[in-house]
Amino acid sequence: MGSLGIVTPQAMHFAEPLRLQSGAQLGDYTLMYETYGTLNADKSNAVLICHALNASHHVAGHYATPKSAGWWDNMVGPGKPVDTDRFFVIGINNLGSCFGSTGPMHVNPATGKPYGAAFPLVTVEDWVAAQARLADRLGIEQFAAVMGGSLGGMQALSWSIMFPERLRHCIVIASTPKLSAQNIAFNDVARQAILTDPDYRGGDFYEHGVVPKNGLKVARMVGHITYLSNDDMAEKFGRKLRNAAETNDYNFDFGIDFEIESYLRYQGDKFSEYFDANTYLLITKALDYFDPAREHGGDLTKALAGTKAQFLLASFTTDWRFSPERSREIVEALISNRRRVSYAEIDAPHGHDAFLLEDARYMNVVRAYYNRIALEVA
Amino acid sequence: MNFDDLNTLRPDLAFIAHWVGEGAHVLDVGCGDGAMLRYLESGKRCSGYGLEIADDKVLESTTRGINVIQHDMEKGLGLFGDNTFDTVLCLNSLQMMQHVEALLRDIVRVGTEAIVSFPNFAHWPHRLALLKGRMPMSRSLPYKWYDTPNVRYATIYDFQELAVSCGLEVLECVALADGEVVTFLPNLRGSLAVFRLRKKATPAL
Repeated sequence: MGSLGIVTPQAMHFAEPLRLQSGAQLGDYTLMYETYGTLNADKSNAVLICHALNASHHVAGHYATPKSAGWWDNMVGPGKPVDTDRFFVIGINNLGSCFGSTGPMHVNPATGKPYGAAFPLVTVEDWVAAQARLADRLGIEQFAAVMGGSLGGMQALSWSIMFPERLRHCIVIASTPKLSAQNIAFNDVARQAILTDPDYRGGDFYEHGVVPKNGLKVARMVGHITYLSNDDMAEKFGRKLRNAAETNDYNFDFGIDFEIESYLRYQGDKFSEYFDANTYLLITKALDYFDPAREHGGDLTKALAGTKAQFLLASFTTDWRFSPERSREIVEALISNRRRVSYAEIDAPHGHDAFLLEDARYMNVVRAYYNRIALEVA
Repeated sequence: MNFDDLNTLRPDLAFIAHWVGEGAHVLDVGCGDGAMLRYLESGKRCSGYGLEIADDKVLESTTRGINVIQHDMEKGLGLFGDNTFDTVLCLNSLQMMQHVEALLRDIVRVGTEAIVSFPNFAHWPHRLALLKGRMPMSRSLPYKWYDTPNVRYATIYDFQELAVSCGLEVLECVALADGEVVTFLPNLRGSLAVFRLRKKATPAL
């Protein structure tokens, strides 16, 4: 398996306004994206990869400086399950993100100042609508597949509902048809951490030259706990003490006693260095709002009745954030509609994060499925 | 996959495929590598789903291009609505189930017809082994008694009794040996029992 090597992001500007689900409107915006592989003559080999909470258009390959690998580099590339020798893969960054597409830290043309708190709330459906415009510009009428994990899986599912003719396959991994009360609760704890940070300044912290780092850090710590499984945490950290080598005793203060505390704080700190607080708020809210069955009286079968794509779903047994039961709800609704659907329930120890990790069973199923898609393209 | 391929690969499946109607909506419970469903889709314009629990079989089925749902059949067929399928296949899987009766009742619920096959415990080499005081091992039961995925052993008569009590009517029942129908002394000479069943019509109230 080769590497894509150095990749370069591109920006596409849109002057035509985008009306959002909230009723607000973005008059003018830019989307960042990356492409890998070659679009074939009849434009039938395009694959769209939708990103999850803290990711971006940088799906695979790496940048020259600093040398940072794409978040799904193990999945996408030459000879990899989503084989860029056969498919033209597009990674796209969503509106409201802090990785280049128009978001809260960009200048609001109406005021000449950063959007900050004025950036409108966006939904999964808004993102999909914006992605469809980028596809239009690239001349891609129909994707061979739209694929995503977690929040990315919600976007893939939305594609199948909003633009049933525009994708032949829909690949939804470690996702859910809607968040549970527990999921929303975790998201709100994360948001409260940010909103109550004194440096948040009502969302307009950019002007004050500050960043609500503590809020972001706590938000990430909460989120991170939900991405791991209890077993995985127990195995990696257990009750190991940070200073075991020195005194092997408790500190009897509120500093770091346990390894897990050290790990989470480190992850939180790292995250607060590069992620935007307003983006975190926006994206978690988009997660909370997602519920395609809502306008069908809660009936997911009806919500998926207009879909035409073939589906592959995968879930992970230890994922308690979006457990296999949630994927099975989608599978069941698709079966009720007699859609073509395959479902793999991967027995992996890593919790929700498993969708980003290397697991032979998972990778092999995705590879086998893409081999089928490749036969249609050829 | 065409019929000849299936016949060469699995003559028992080829025989059973004759019982599935053209264009039927099929559920294959314990679909294994997906060969049967693949043939039914390509050769008989059928649609449907395969259920399978084993990772390697799910992968093979995915490779074959059928709709495979990874699922533990012990948990029942709750994924599917009542009367969803024309035919439910349960081929060489029932003997591995803890809750045979519950699964059979679920099969009756989701399908109109069912085709069930299982190793016939009354096959003569098995009887002979028992006469010699040993647990049978054969091509149809190729495992040691302590290391077998099979937890239920039945004869043709035994299964027939259960099927009827679960609300099924036996349309056909044959014993196969190497994919060929055994007509003379089937319960003795057949290694694989195959039943074609139909849901009994419920009398109008």
